[in-house]
Amino acid sequence: MIPERLVNLVVLVGLLAVPLWALAMDEPFTITLATRAVIFALAAVGLNIALGFGGLVSLGHAVFFGLGGYAMGILAHHAQTYTPVAEWPFLIEGTKSMPVIWLVAMCVSALAALVIGLLSLRTTGVYFIMITLAFGQMFYYFAISWAEYGGEDGLSIYVRNDFPGLNTLVPIQFFGLCFALLCAALLFSAFLARSPFGLALNAARQVPQRVETVGLNPMRLKLVAFVISGVITGLAGALFADLNRFVSPTMFSWQMSGEIIIFIILGGVARLFGPVVGAVLFVTLEHFLGGLSEYWHIYLGALLLVIVLFARGGVIGLLAGRARLHD
Amino acid sequence: MTDAVLTTTGLSKSFGALKATDDVSIDLRPGEIHAVIGPNGAGKSTLIAQICGGLVPDSGRVTLLGRDVTQAPARLRAQAGLARTFQISALAMEDSVLQNAMLGVLGATGRPWSFLRPALGRRDLREAAENALERVGLAEARAMRTAELSHGQRRQLEVAVALTLNPRAFVMDEPMAGLGAEGSKRLTSFLDGLRSEAPILLVEHDMDAVFALADRVSVLVYGRVIETGTVAQIRASQAVRDAYLGDPA
Amino acid sequence: MSTILIIEQVLNGLQFGVMLFLMAAGLTLIFGVMGLINLAHGSLYMVGAFAAAAVAGLTGSFLLALFAAMAAAAMAGVLIEMVVIRRLYATDHLDQVLATFALILIFSEGTRWVFGSFPLFLDIPDALSGPVTLPGGIAYPLYRLVLIGVGLAVAVGLGLLINRTRIGIQIRAGENDREMIAALGVDISRLYTLVFALGAALAGLAGALVGAIQSVQVGMGEPVLILAFVVIVIGGIGSIKGAFVGALLVGLTDTLGGIFLPELFKLFMEPGAATSAGSALASMAIYILMGAVLIWRPTGLYGARA
Repeated sequence: MIPERLVNLVVLVGLLAVPLWALAMDEPFTITLATRAVIFALAAVGLNIALGFGGLVSLGHAVFFGLGGYAMGILAHHAQTYTPVAEWPFLIEGTKSMPVIWLVAMCVSALAALVIGLLSLRTTGVYFIMITLAFGQMFYYFAISWAEYGGEDGLSIYVRNDFPGLNTLVPIQFFGLCFALLCAALLFSAFLARSPFGLALNAARQVPQRVETVGLNPMRLKLVAFVISGVITGLAGALFADLNRFVSPTMFSWQMSGEIIIFIILGGVARLFGPVVGAVLFVTLEHFLGGLSEYWHIYLGALLLVIVLFARGGVIGLLAGRARLHD
Repeated sequence: MTDAVLTTTGLSKSFGALKATDDVSIDLRPGEIHAVIGPNGAGKSTLIAQICGGLVPDSGRVTLLGRDVTQAPARLRAQAGLARTFQISALAMEDSVLQNAMLGVLGATGRPWSFLRPALGRRDLREAAENALERVGLAEARAMRTAELSHGQRRQLEVAVALTLNPRAFVMDEPMAGLGAEGSKRLTSFLDGLRSEAPILLVEHDMDAVFALADRVSVLVYGRVIETGTVAQIRASQAVRDAYLGDPA
Repeated sequence: MSTILIIEQVLNGLQFGVMLFLMAAGLTLIFGVMGLINLAHGSLYMVGAFAAAAVAGLTGSFLLALFAAMAAAAMAGVLIEMVVIRRLYATDHLDQVLATFALILIFSEGTRWVFGSFPLFLDIPDALSGPVTLPGGIAYPLYRLVLIGVGLAVAVGLGLLINRTRIGIQIRAGENDREMIAALGVDISRLYTLVFALGAALAGLAGALVGAIQSVQVGMGEPVLILAFVVIVIGGIGSIKGAFVGALLVGLTDTLGGIFLPELFKLFMEPGAATSAGSALASMAIYILMGAVLIWRPTGLYGARA
């Protein structure tokens, strides 16, 4: 077995090295692929806090991914058409500034996660799965019927949004930005796992009745985890929309929710780098298998079945064995 | 008579036609061990659930330190000073022994809302947890994964988590179950000393332990308390003998 | 807004509802008896529709097509139950979600590979096409009335099966206490396969019946699957009666909401804005219904109380 930290380090260095190599070789498409993997990883790092740490199998995390996307789409759309987002109760202008867009994306996601969490956490187990799935569909159909912002066709943004001091149109610079955000989220996630909150959340997943009898509220712990989780996935959504300069209802689709879960499973549930490994593997498979066969989802499905039935720890579990205890 | 720490008054709970708890009034006074015994199916678990939260009685009241907590959820009773141990160990099996004890300490502080500093790096919290483990004799095992503990060690950890809460009253649901003769003896002497810190409502099958420890014993049969008294009184009671002790089962 | 339109829409809602019931009944049985969440149930619906379209294309017989749909879906069901699903009964819901999600990928891409990406069409048989005139002079498509009839007949049949037969007793016992049915000497693994096949056949039947009024295409199963989830969350997981009530509620809410909410909004908004706001709200109506039911009863209308 290889120490988990070594696996993590190799993954991180590799994720940085590939686009740098592509830069040297002048292959911008590879940089875009790497950016895609980084953004998916960020979305999954978010979900991992709810799913891995909190045991909340949310099949509706595309809601936050999509909200982040639409936050970017709507703000940038108004900025590029010089129309206000709202004039009442006070004037809200569109913007092309990434930090502002991110903040809006995260706030909107937090609010949505709070409401969805409050409703969904009244239930557990399979009800929770189905209800989060249903909320995802609700947003999906809402986006489709919202003609003002493109309905089914979505919204296109002509120029990528700005970040102070960077030229985001240069692929490697945008990659760097996304990579930095992923690192920040991973760091936060690592601290969270060891914090008092993480300890209590971890226990709430395993034995809620115990958490209750030491005087803590397991539902509130899970709700906070769900909100944090939604915020990070929402940020990833804003980046994803900026990567494609396009946002559409498919960001809300239940397949998207399923894919974010797949990233985690491929890599390893509740492992710090599980989402990163999974997202990288997914994008790699998508690229190479997708190039080989139009029907590459068959192979993805088969791989997934094998992992679920025979290799439950995902790739990190295979390489590094069981998770170590904190000390 | 000193004021009771924990009182139930006329507690009743039915499931359909079955009266699981029938007009139960017992109390727990400072410094005592009050044992509740009874044959299987006497309604001990239902009674505990109503005392500790999780099951709301049909009628009657539960009072903790003068506060009516009949309707309160388990966590509010815990915050008010009630610590319980489970009959079947309810521990975070994937976590270390120390982490389980830390959970109790976090509960006692009431503030788990810290997201960045490592929990195990907080010396104040850690010392409280280690102290509790030390007292039940688990100091050596603190870095072990809870799932790897023996059955007896898990029982000890249950008690340690309860200790971390610095409670005003303990409710222990068969802490001796499956401990073996040696383990029971050790826990018996530990509980003997613990009663001066906070009184213990002890639900137990192990009669040797009950008779060795209890200041008072209540006998529960078919949901009713048929007798409450000292060990000597219970031993002498004809009603108890008929209903319970005489029963070869 | 005429009475005729209202009656028409109520009938449409009922028709949609009973078809959802066919899906939801299988899902709720499978969850109730085996404790399994099966995302691939929508794939069985799709398999039924494709089998029906293929057989109808070859033979021209709609009745044969329906049998083929049920047989194909049941066989696909038995196959995945024996190869994959069986290994998932004892695992947690996350594994079930993933494995059945993987099955969707395999089924969808496999179907695309065999039949191509273009939709197939399944024609309504001549005997059932065209409108009939209902009492009160309402002209309504005969085929849709037949769907309502079939749906109700299946509901009654399923009710009898569960409540009156030996198999039904075993299924109910399985929902309450798995160890007990083993103790009774019932072959659990055969019972599970049977329940799974039954649920699959119902999904296949629904796929074929609905396939004749919509197009038959890859991905047709998942939207229906998710609605069926909403149905059983509302009705209470494991309850056939709940599935029936939930399905009709969802069918009626969705259909009537789509028509009447925009009209309602026109009473106090200008028409263009009313239409878009009304249809946006209508698209969310059933989820709002679900949320409301959950606040009121977290385990659904007929679910076991926690």
